[in-house]
Parts: sequence; structure tokens; C-alpha cells
Amino acid sequence: MDNEPILLVEDNPDDEALTLRALKKNNIKNEVIVAHDGAEALGYLFGTGMYAGRDTQVMPQVILLDLKLPKVDGFEVLRQMRSDPRTKLVPVVILSSSNEELDRTAGYDLGANSYIRKPVEFNDFIEAVRQLGLYWLILNRTAPTKRP
Amino acid sequence: MVRRPSNSIASKLTRMNLLVSAIALVLACSGFVAYDFVSFRLNIVRDLSMQAQLAGSNSVAALVFDDADSADRTVAAFGVSRNVLASRIYDAKGQPFATYLRDRDEKIPAMPQIAAGKDEAYRFEGGHVILAHTILFEGKRSGYILVEQDMERIVERMENYGEIAAVMLGFSLLVVVFVSRFAGRAIANPVVELADAARRVSKDKDYSVRVNSTNEEGELALLVDTFNQMLEQIQQSHQELEKRVQERTAQLVAANKELESFSYSVSHDLRAPLRSIDGFSLALEEDLGDHLTAQAKNYIQRVRAATQRMGMLIDDLLNLSRVTRAEMRKERVDLSGMAKAVASELVRADGERNVEWVIPDGMEAYGDSRLLRIVLDNLLGNAWKYTSKHDHARIEFSQERHNGGYAFYVKDDGAGFDPAYTQRLFGAFQRLHGITEFSGTGIGLATVHRIIHRHGGEVWADGAVEKGATFYFTI
Repeated sequence: MDNEPILLVEDNPDDEALTLRALKKNNIKNEVIVAHDGAEALGYLFGTGMYAGRDTQVMPQVILLDLKLPKVDGFEVLRQMRSDPRTKLVPVVILSSSNEELDRTAGYDLGANSYIRKPVEFNDFIEAVRQLGLYWLILNRTAPTKRP
Repeated sequence: MVRRPSNSIASKLTRMNLLVSAIALVLACSGFVAYDFVSFRLNIVRDLSMQAQLAGSNSVAALVFDDADSADRTVAAFGVSRNVLASRIYDAKGQPFATYLRDRDEKIPAMPQIAAGKDEAYRFEGGHVILAHTILFEGKRSGYILVEQDMERIVERMENYGEIAAVMLGFSLLVVVFVSRFAGRAIANPVVELADAARRVSKDKDYSVRVNSTNEEGELALLVDTFNQMLEQIQQSHQELEKRVQERTAQLVAANKELESFSYSVSHDLRAPLRSIDGFSLALEEDLGDHLTAQAKNYIQRVRAATQRMGMLIDDLLNLSRVTRAEMRKERVDLSGMAKAVASELVRADGERNVEWVIPDGMEAYGDSRLLRIVLDNLLGNAWKYTSKHDHARIEFSQERHNGGYAFYVKDDGAGFDPAYTQRLFGAFQRLHGITEFSGTGIGLATVHRIIHRHGGEVWADGAVEKGATFYFTI
């Protein structure tokens, strides 16, 4: 089991708190980095801005990406990620309120690995996070990112 | 080209003119011929009279001196004329004195009575004219002369006239036919042009067509001019209408786009706070669990239930609006197959239930398959839900004859509804049962109603409390 951090890109503080709570409830021990908008997320991934100097060899094990973000939205983050060899292979799970077909299509089109709709009922949310954690953190093998 | 009718103006004119000309010619000819006949006959008579008088005066001496032979010779002079059949001289007492007969077996006809005070009398008999004249000598009546002549000359004359008349009639009728046809065409052509233009306008929807106006005055020119004016009007109002339609369409498209972005933001922005409410309520409950009274827990439960219900309502509303906006793609849909699929999904979700499904094969409709699926999901799902309190249920999806066509129906023997509230059934968010009896938001039937209406059909329902319900729809 890899122990890279999880990157949570979420602008809504309530959703952020609830997601962290859900992760905790599921005993997920990975470090969780929270980016509050698209620019922060890209800064973390490419080691710029407030994350300048970060070791960009270490990529998150999975990115939980919200779509509606200020400054740079989720689609743009995804687009930039997929066009850079350093971040091209990092798994991205889109977590969004929207179930609109357009959003889903665009997400997959831009290279997301998974699309999950945030449920209103919190228990469902916890369950969703549990399954997410089970799959992406334990079962799934990421592409190797460490250069030999 | 518009087909010329067989009863065309040209042929009507021709027939009319032929009739009129024929009548006129026949009348004129008859008039002339009749007059000629009469006057020629009179001529014959006058001629004959003159001959009789001549012969009479030539026979005076023979009468006076009782010389029958001389009289015979005088009368025989009539042999010169081929047309005289017989002649006889009578003496003063009316006794035959001298006779001439052209043919041996002829008889002398009876003498016409000469009226008192007159010298002559004649009559027509059997195609001959018979004339009698008094023979006078020194003012005294000394005898009579009778001459009979045939009318061969007049017959010949009439026959000639007949031939001439026939030729003239034939010739002039021919002229009439040609002239009428020509005139008819001249009148009919503009009319046919008009008809042609009208046909082009209505068939090709080409409103720029105009008919060439003629230079002459008259009814046809008037018709052509007003026709052109009318076409001008039609073209103008057609253009106006098109413009208006374009504007309205643009407005509609804009309104639809607004609705779409509205739905989109509803989908995102309304649900996020709901998530917070529910999540933190649960967090409260979990973290403070031991310190909370049963009532506090109950309150938190209610908060969460209300939140979740609102989430469902938003979802249902979103679906309803999507159903209204979605583009319809019509095709043949196998309703029997679709219903069976919905039924098996319901059974799979809750296999414990004892439900008898009656869905005959072969039911088809012409409509949007996705939207019709939603209709069946709702109607069959409702039937499933409202029979859930019974041990055994029967759900039927079939069709029956209605108003000359077919109506489909979903019939169950479940909780039914009070028929007094039938008109509320299809309103949005309207329910006839409480949430604790049966779950639901009250959008399902409103969605069905909207979908069926978009297909141009009708939906209605029958029911009774605890006796089941039947929902009908036509497409």
C-alpha cells in the first residue's frame, strides 16, 4: 500500500469539513492536502506559488476534485494535469453536486478516472468515501512516479 | 400546365355561336324562301292568267260562230308549254266546248267557281294550279276558259334555293366555328394563365409569381390586376409572418437557454447547503450522542429527514424540467417489452413481494423511447408502491379501444384513491396520501402528464379507495 497524500480540491468549507470527517470515519490515514481553488491545486501539483519548493516527485495517490471552483475550475485543472507528463497518470475522482450529462461527458473526456455525485445524505457520503478509499487507496495500483 | 377543362370557354362560345348563327341563318333563309315561294307562285298564277286571257280572246270568234274546231286548235296551242296539263273552253252555258289534254289519261279538273263581279278564279290542288277566266265579247260573257298547270318550275326553284341555302349554311357555320374557337381561346388564355399562376403559388409556395397584365381594358384585365394585387399582399404578409416566426423562435431559444442554466445552478447550488445541513446534523448526533436527550436526537432526525426530502424534491423538479425541455425523437417503441423490463427491475429491487404481472405482448406506440420509459417507470412504480400493503397484488398493463383508437392503461388492485380528488392527481407536488402512508414527492404523475401531453395524447385516471386504480393514456 502506497502512502502518498490525498489531494482534496474543494472550495466549500462545509464540504471540506464533511469530507475530512468521512475520511477519518473510515480510518484513512493518508495525509490530506486541501486546495481551496484550482490555482492552489495546480500550485501544489507543479510546485509553484505557495507550494514552491515542494518535492514534485511525490504525487498524490488520488485527487478528489470538485468541479465548481473559483479562479481556476475543475475542468481546467484536469486539462492542465493531463497535458503534463508529471501529472498525466495521477488518478482523479471528480466529486460533484452535478449529475448533468454535459459535466460527466466533459469530465471523462478530459481524462478523469471516475465521476461521483456528492449525495445529500451524509451517511451515503460516508459510504461513498469508504468505497472510494477502499478502491483508490488500497486496491488500485498507481503508475510509478518516482524516477529511478 | 393546368389541364384545359373539356367544357372550356372556347367550346362554349363555339356551341353558342353555332346555335345562334344556325337559328339566324335558318330563320333568314326560311323568310326569304317563303316570301319568294309566295310571290313566285303569284307570278305563275299571273302568267297563267295572262295566257288564259290570251287564249280566251283568241277563242271569242270560235265561240261566237260556234266553231269548235277552231277553238280546239287555239287550246291545243297550250301544248307548247310543257307545264300545262289541261285546258278547256266552256260556252256561255257552261258546257264544254273545246279541250286540250297533255296526257291521254288525264282528266279535266272541276272548274273553280268564279265569284259574282269577278272574272277569274283559281285554286291549288295536288301540286297543280287550276285557273278559270271569263271570256268576254263586247262586255258580254260568252264563255269560260280553264287551264291547269303543274308547279314543276316552282319545285325546281325551291330545290335550287335549298341547295344554295345548304351550302351557305355549311360554309358560314364553319366560319363560325373557327372564329368562335379563336375568340374563345383569346378569352380563355388569360384565365388559364391566372389559374396556372394560382397553382404555382399554392404548390411551390412561390409568392413572387405575377401574371402579365394585358393592355386592354375590361373584366379580364381587372381580374388580372386584382389578382396581382392579392399576390402582392400575400407575399408581404408571408414575409412578415416569417419574420415574426423567426423572432419568436429566437425568443424561445433564448428562454430555453435561460431555463437550462437555471436548472444547472439549481442542481449545484441548492444541493450543497443541504449536504451541509445533513452532514453537520449527523456530526452533531454522533459527537454529542451521549449528551443528547432522546428528544434532541429526535429533532436532529427530523432535520435530517427534512433535508433529504428536499434533496429528493429538487431532483424530481429537475427531472420534470428536463422532461419538458428534452428534444423528442419519435420512433416505434415496444411498450410491452419496456413494461416487462420495468416490472423485472421492480421485482429485482424487492423480490419478497407477491405480485402478479399481466402484460400482453405486441403493444406498440410511436414516441420518444426515453420519455416513454419514464412514463412506464412512474405508472408501474406507483402501482408497485400503492399495492405494497397488500399480501397479493395484481398489476396489469394493457390497452383497450377508446374513441376509435387505443388507450393504454396500468391497473392495480391496491390502495386506490378517492375519486373526488381526481383533478388534483396530476398537479405537481400534489399527493392524495400522507408521507407516512406511502413515500413520494408528488411529481411522478405531473411528469407523466407532461410527457404524454408533449406526445399530443391524454392521460386520465379511475379509482376507488382500497379498490385499486387505473391510469389511462393515449399517444
